[in-house]
Amino acid sequence: MSSTAPNAGGQTKAEEEDFEPKIIVFCCNWCSYAGADLAGVSRLQMPPYFRVIRVMCSARVDPEFVLRAFQKGADGVLVAGCHPADCHYIGGNYRTRRRIALLRILLQQFGFDPGRLKLAWISAGEGEKFQKTIIEFTDVVNELGPSPIGSSD
Amino acid sequence: MADKIKIAQYWGAGCGGCDVALLDIDAKILDVHALAEVVFWPIGFDGKLADIEAMPDKSITVSFYNGAIRNSENEHVAKMLREKSVVMIAFGSCACFGGTPGLANVTNKEEVFQTVYKDTASTDNPDFITPQTHLKVPEGEVDLPEFYDSVKTLDEVVDVDYFMPGCPPTVNLIALAVDAVAKHVTEGADLPPKGTVIASDKTLCDECDRERVETGRRIEKIYQSYEIKADPKKCLLDQGIICIGPATRAGCGSMCPKANMPCRGCMGPTKAVMDHGGSMLSALSSLLNITDSESKLSEEQIIELMMQVKDPLGTFYAFTLPKSLLRRTVTEKRKRKG
Repeated sequence: MSSTAPNAGGQTKAEEEDFEPKIIVFCCNWCSYAGADLAGVSRLQMPPYFRVIRVMCSARVDPEFVLRAFQKGADGVLVAGCHPADCHYIGGNYRTRRRIALLRILLQQFGFDPGRLKLAWISAGEGEKFQKTIIEFTDVVNELGPSPIGSSD
Repeated sequence: MADKIKIAQYWGAGCGGCDVALLDIDAKILDVHALAEVVFWPIGFDGKLADIEAMPDKSITVSFYNGAIRNSENEHVAKMLREKSVVMIAFGSCACFGGTPGLANVTNKEEVFQTVYKDTASTDNPDFITPQTHLKVPEGEVDLPEFYDSVKTLDEVVDVDYFMPGCPPTVNLIALAVDAVAKHVTEGADLPPKGTVIASDKTLCDECDRERVETGRRIEKIYQSYEIKADPKKCLLDQGIICIGPATRAGCGSMCPKANMPCRGCMGPTKAVMDHGGSMLSALSSLLNITDSESKLSEEQIIELMMQVKDPLGTFYAFTLPKSLLRRTVTEKRKRKG
């Protein structure tokens, strides 16, 4: 998979090339944010289309935050937290996992491709995994194209 | 007899239940009669839009608008009543949040017409003739309202002073509103601040009498309410029946849980919540059983666990889809491969 995947839809080539996805990344304070930090200080190269929002725990990410991100036109939302059994608050990430699973079903009902919402476990030592996650997710969002919000109705 | 104030009641995209609810206030209706003259009420008596149009601005003291905004006529009358009224009240869940008609926001005009005027088994319409907004016939020209793609809430098209949620608003809430208006008219008391939701600020669980498990709450399995016989004393959610109470505004007197039925959320979200469904989704996910072995569950098993919630959109947004953050469904332009 590459970030210049061939156009599958009705967009013109110019639109395709101009598309700069808006990706919101929620990182938990204890693992994923430190992982993102490590990726940064290690100077790992990543597509620059994501904005990180630090939260204390991935379970702090209220479904409302994700829905609001999509309402405001985000093309993709990534929620990153501690690996199972590693949560700083013992069980926060388990709640996150359930919410995101249900949210993906809900988003699908709303007409979104569920691939626009991703959950990843990234520890403080996994700078490379953060980089890999961002690259792969950006590819997926690129392939999906701009958010369908505002395009119908 | 002193001059009576004028009130109006109109129905947009609604079922008429709100109109009936206004009559449901028993003897209080006599207070309304002593205080007010009803100038416009399509379900109650014949009235002409032209008569209302001819009235001076702000000559109606209170307009109760029930039903959502579904077509151009709903919007036109809403705007007209807004001009003619001092106080505009969104009466009932449809006016406040879109209500049940708002669930049509999972589809659009084209699909609704296709179903209603073509696909239904009892429809015989081979030429697929659908209502036209304007038509010339030998006798003259006729107009019909334009049907919208999306259902809107009342406050999307006009400025709303007060919100009275409920499907329909309960007798005690209507009495509260009537008393507030009566006090204002007869004694000059201040009306509540603009934007007030005439209901409680707490959640339904706060006024529900059912016993709930206080610590270590968990739901083993989710049931549809017809699948089990619910214990009449215990919290419905604890029994695995999806009750939207934790995310829903109180004020209705928890009528449904009292009748052994789960709350479906007609009172809408509380003040602090932007998205009724998101709030319930969050509450429900946290309540599902979390055990020590959760770390060993695969992502697929988690999805299977959450798939127990059938139709999350229809369950969590049964009354509030047009007022939700996403408002309506969308269509992806492209499909992802693989």
